Amino acid sequence: MREEPYVSPWIIHKSDLLKKKKPILSRLDIELTERCNNNCAHCYINLPKDDREAARKELSTAQWKGILKEAAGLGCMSVRFTGGEPLLREDFEELYVFARKAGLMVLVFTNAALITPRLAGLFKRIPPLEKIEVTVYGMSKGAYEAATRTDGSFEAAWHGINLLLRNRIPFVVKGALLSFNEREMDEFEKWAAAIPWMHGRSPAYSMFFNLRGRRDGRKNELIKKLRPAPEEGLRIFARRKEDYVKGMKEFCSKFMRVSGDRLFSCGAGRGGCVDAYGFFQPCMLLRHPDTVYNLAGGSLEDALVNFFPKIRGMKAVNPEYLSRCARCFLKGLCEQCPAKSWMEHGTLDTPVEYFCGVAHAQARFFGLLKERENAWEVRDWEERLDSFVKSGQEARCGSKN
Amino acid sequence: MEAKIDINGMYKPSEDVVARDVQGEFIIIPITSGAGDLEDEIYSLNETGRAIWEKLDGKKTLKDAVRELVSDFEGDGAEIEKDVSGLLGELLKRKMIVKISKS
Repeated sequence: MREEPYVSPWIIHKSDLLKKKKPILSRLDIELTERCNNNCAHCYINLPKDDREAARKELSTAQWKGILKEAAGLGCMSVRFTGGEPLLREDFEELYVFARKAGLMVLVFTNAALITPRLAGLFKRIPPLEKIEVTVYGMSKGAYEAATRTDGSFEAAWHGINLLLRNRIPFVVKGALLSFNEREMDEFEKWAAAIPWMHGRSPAYSMFFNLRGRRDGRKNELIKKLRPAPEEGLRIFARRKEDYVKGMKEFCSKFMRVSGDRLFSCGAGRGGCVDAYGFFQPCMLLRHPDTVYNLAGGSLEDALVNFFPKIRGMKAVNPEYLSRCARCFLKGLCEQCPAKSWMEHGTLDTPVEYFCGVAHAQARFFGLLKERENAWEVRDWEERLDSFVKSGQEARCGSKN
Repeated sequence: MEAKIDINGMYKPSEDVVARDVQGEFIIIPITSGAGDLEDEIYSLNETGRAIWEKLDGKKTLKDAVRELVSDFEGDGAEIEKDVSGLLGELLKRKMIVKISKS
C-alpha cells in the first residue's frame, strides 16, 4: 500500500476550490424568499414580509431539499442562502441543517435582525463553513431606520450581530451607502475592522444600486434617486486615493478589454441562482424570461448542460449596443451586463447610461479618457492603459475632491 | 493524546461528518463543530485512506477489515494493519469516526 499520508487538511480557499477538477456545478445561489423584514427603498428584490401571495408561491421545504440534494449530487460544494431575508422562512433551520448534512458549505446573506439565541446556537453547533455576510445600514438608529424604513430594525439587527459576536460565529459585514449613513462611514469602517473575521479590512459597499429585478417602475424611480451621481461615487471610491489607484491599476491590467458582441463574458450560467419559486437563473440578477429555466419541468443538470450554454452563446443585436458597448474597452470598469440591461430596459442588450457614466468617470480619473471623450471611440486604448498601469502617473480627481 | 486503536473493535464514520466523492476526490466534511481541526477545513483522503474508510461500517472488527484489505489489495498483512492503525488514529483524533461499544 502507498506511503502517502492518509488524512491531509484541505483548507478551503474560495478562489481555487476544485480548480483543477471543477464539477458541473460548484456553487449555487438559493433565493429562499423575496420577502424581507425590512423595507429598504434601495433594494432590488424585497417584498413585504407578510406578502401571503409571495409566500404561497414559494417552493416548499421538500422542493428545496430536492434541489439541494441534486446540487450535492452534481458536485456542488457551497450554496448561498439569500433573499429577501432568508431567515424569514420558517423552515430555514431545517433547510440549513439539510444542506450541511448533504456536505454543503452554506453562505448566509442576512441583515441579522432575525438571528435568535437558538439560531446562533445552531450556527455554533453546526458551523456554516462559510462566513455569514451581514449588511449593515447604519451605526445610528436614525440612519439605519431611514434606510430600512422599518421601526425597531436597528435594535433587532444589532441584537443579532451581538449574538454572532458573543457566540464567535464567523461573519463579515458590508454596507449599503446612502445619503442617510454616509457621514457614518468612518465609524462603520473602524467598527468593522475590529470584527475578528474582517482581518482589519474595510467592508464592501453597494452604492450604484440595481433597479428592481422584477421591473417595478414606481420603485425604480425611487432607487434612481438614491444612486449617487457618477462623480459623487468616484469621490467616495477615491477617499483613500493612493490605495484606490493602486488597486485599480492592478485590476485594470487584468480586466480591461473590448468585449465585442458576445453578451456573456462572466460566469453566468456556469452556476446560477434558483429563485424563490423554482426558476433557475443564470445569475442572481438575470430574470429575463428567455434566460430562466423552470425546475418544475426539469433539473439543475438539464439547465446546466442543455439550457444555459445556449444562453451563454447569445450575441447582442441592438445597434446602439453594437456601436458602443461592443467596442468599448472599459469592460472591467463598467457594470453593463445582460442582467443590468434587463433591470433597466427589459432587454438584454441596451446600454445602461448610469453605469456607462460611472465607468467613464473612473476612466477619466485614471487619465484613460479625456473630457467628453467616449471610450468606444478610442483607438489607442491599449497604449493608454499600459501608460496608466506602468507609470506612477498621478490620477486626476473631479472638482469635488 | 494519542488515540488507542483496538484491533478487535468496530468503528464507523461519525455522524458529525459527511463523506463525499467530488470529481473523484474523496472528501470528508465536518458537520458539527469539533469535528476536524478548524471550523473552515474539509479533508481529503487518498486512495489508501478511502479504501480503509469504506471498510469502517461499524459491523466488522478492524481485524476483519484488515483481512479484507489484504485480500482486496493482495498486500502484506502487517503493513496493512499498520496503515489502518495510522489512519484510524488520525480520524479518531479529529472525531471523524466513532468506536461502536459492545452491547
